[in-house]
Amino acid sequence: MSEKTYTLALFSDFHEAALAIAALRESRIKGFKMTDVILKSPIEHPECAAELGYRPVYVQLFSLMGAVLGAGLGFLLISSAQANFLRQPRGGFPIVPVPPNMVITYELFILTSVFFTVISCIIFWKLPGRRSRLYNVDISVDKIGLLVKSDAAAAAAIKDIFTRHHALEVSSSS
Amino acid sequence: MVSETHDVSHDTEVAIERRFVAKAKDIDEDIHWAQINEDVLRSLERPRPLFWVIFFGSLMLFTYGVFCEIYQYNTGLGVTDQNNPQMWGLYIATFIFWIGMSHSGTLLSAILHLMHADWRKPIYRFAEAMTTFSLMTAGLFVIVHLGRLWQFYYVVAYPNERWAWPNFNSPLVWDATAIGTYLTSSIIFLYFGMIPDLAICRDKATGFRGVFYRFLSLGWLGTDRQWSNFRVTYLTIACLLIPLAVSVHSIVATDFAVSQQPGWHTTSFPPYFVAGALYSGCAAIITLFIILRYTFRFEQYMTMPILEKICKLTFAIAMIWTYLNLIEYATVWYGSDVYQKQALIFRATGMYAPWWWAMNILGSVVPFALAFKAVRNHIPTLMVVSLLLNAGMWIERFMIVTPTFAHGYYPWLWTGHWWPNWVQLGIVFGSFGWFTMLFMLFCKIFPSVSMYEVKEMVYHRREARKDRMPQAVSVPSEV
Repeated sequence: MSEKTYTLALFSDFHEAALAIAALRESRIKGFKMTDVILKSPIEHPECAAELGYRPVYVQLFSLMGAVLGAGLGFLLISSAQANFLRQPRGGFPIVPVPPNMVITYELFILTSVFFTVISCIIFWKLPGRRSRLYNVDISVDKIGLLVKSDAAAAAAIKDIFTRHHALEVSSSS
Repeated sequence: MVSETHDVSHDTEVAIERRFVAKAKDIDEDIHWAQINEDVLRSLERPRPLFWVIFFGSLMLFTYGVFCEIYQYNTGLGVTDQNNPQMWGLYIATFIFWIGMSHSGTLLSAILHLMHADWRKPIYRFAEAMTTFSLMTAGLFVIVHLGRLWQFYYVVAYPNERWAWPNFNSPLVWDATAIGTYLTSSIIFLYFGMIPDLAICRDKATGFRGVFYRFLSLGWLGTDRQWSNFRVTYLTIACLLIPLAVSVHSIVATDFAVSQQPGWHTTSFPPYFVAGALYSGCAAIITLFIILRYTFRFEQYMTMPILEKICKLTFAIAMIWTYLNLIEYATVWYGSDVYQKQALIFRATGMYAPWWWAMNILGSVVPFALAFKAVRNHIPTLMVVSLLLNAGMWIERFMIVTPTFAHGYYPWLWTGHWWPNWVQLGIVFGSFGWFTMLFMLFCKIFPSVSMYEVKEMVYHRREARKDRMPQAVSVPSEV
């Protein structure tokens, strides 16, 4: 198994970074995949999907799962608590009155959905994460970073592409 | 042909000027991203001296409130002069007021986010913080009004030692569940929306602050995958928060509407409460906007065009509230329920009439001042107007609770002019101190202007300007 190298290039704006990504994709360099290219930026650039390829987001599925579970378990919780009254005379009133129970069910439906959304973040954001040695604080200010994981042999060619596309700074680490 | 080209070119230039130059910009689009970081991070270090004046003033108010609460706790609820039928006093009225304040954050961050109103970006963070702290304050009143604080667990869905659960049919249990859900979701929404900014703070801070921000930023790196998941998460929670906010205040309204008391037994109460909540929240946003703008030197971000937009929004919501208010009066007046009608007449002509008229004037007439551009652009006047609107909305809640108790079904329960004593007033003022203290502390510790959202705002506006300009210039050449 070949040794892996990480190369980080900083660009002054997104368009230059996008051109560098396009050049990476068109280059026939062996030893790296486009899925290993990561764009780092101070703001979201949804347009990077055009260059990096579509990366699916599954957060909503978790939210939906939480909503269904919350509603179902919520109603079950209230109903089973009310079922205590099975032993007591209720004077003709229903043991499990559905309309008032819907209010708390509704709240639990939302609360559990929010909790599941949070869980999905922890999973999909890969948080809590550790900053690598290549982490550059300029990315949180105004620079766009491109991080590429590649074989050590491909690193020089990648660096060359970045330099040709006016990267402000290129650094690598193994 | 040449002159025709010249005319078209001139017209196009005028059109461009009207559209892009003459119209005041929400924010300076050419501001550098590094400058945004610098300005916002500076607010965490060196606010104007007014910050300390407000902070210590609110701390003193809060301390006085705590003293009153300790006195009430040790001596008993009797020290508040509350007695049958005035059993809730100011506490429940103030509880509704604080719940109402919380709706502003949801309006600005969730509703306007879904509507792609990007002018909200520099100001939504403090509105979200307002939501969280006003909910925390409202929650305190639920506990304080009990007198015996330890009885609080009766409203929580939790069984006692004999496995008797609370009454799930009671709106009080719905209330506790709804407020608990809203508070939890609001804190999550506020925190998750702040993570990219906390990472910026982490990168700049050193020492204890650095450790604190590193812990809270959860190792945010700003990768494309993190951003796309972040967006969807934020949007999802925003979508969940909107119905939640509506349900919370509807349920608070249900506390009153499901009872048989004259003045409360009205089907229009839930929408009336929600409109009132948005209204008081917007008025509070104007007040805090002005304070933050000066205290933290945010003149470049909390701009006058944005303030104008909030004023217009407040005016629109004030008119909705006024309509619902009038509808409520009309329904009672033309209805056949004599008790409801008597309660309304009592409000307008009885011992609480000055307050009722003050509520109507402050809530329905004063907002017309916001229709004038001169008022919307004059900060001291706006500050006074926003405080008057807030006062009007607090009186509205007082008018919902107190006159109904004072003039119920039984004439032998009709009381004289009941007015809260120093203990209740102390706790109410203390709650304002508690809220302001927490809010100011938040703004000192966390970025109260969202840095990444402002960057996005200026970036997209700059890109849009670039896209527009070549088209505008190409028109004459086509001719």
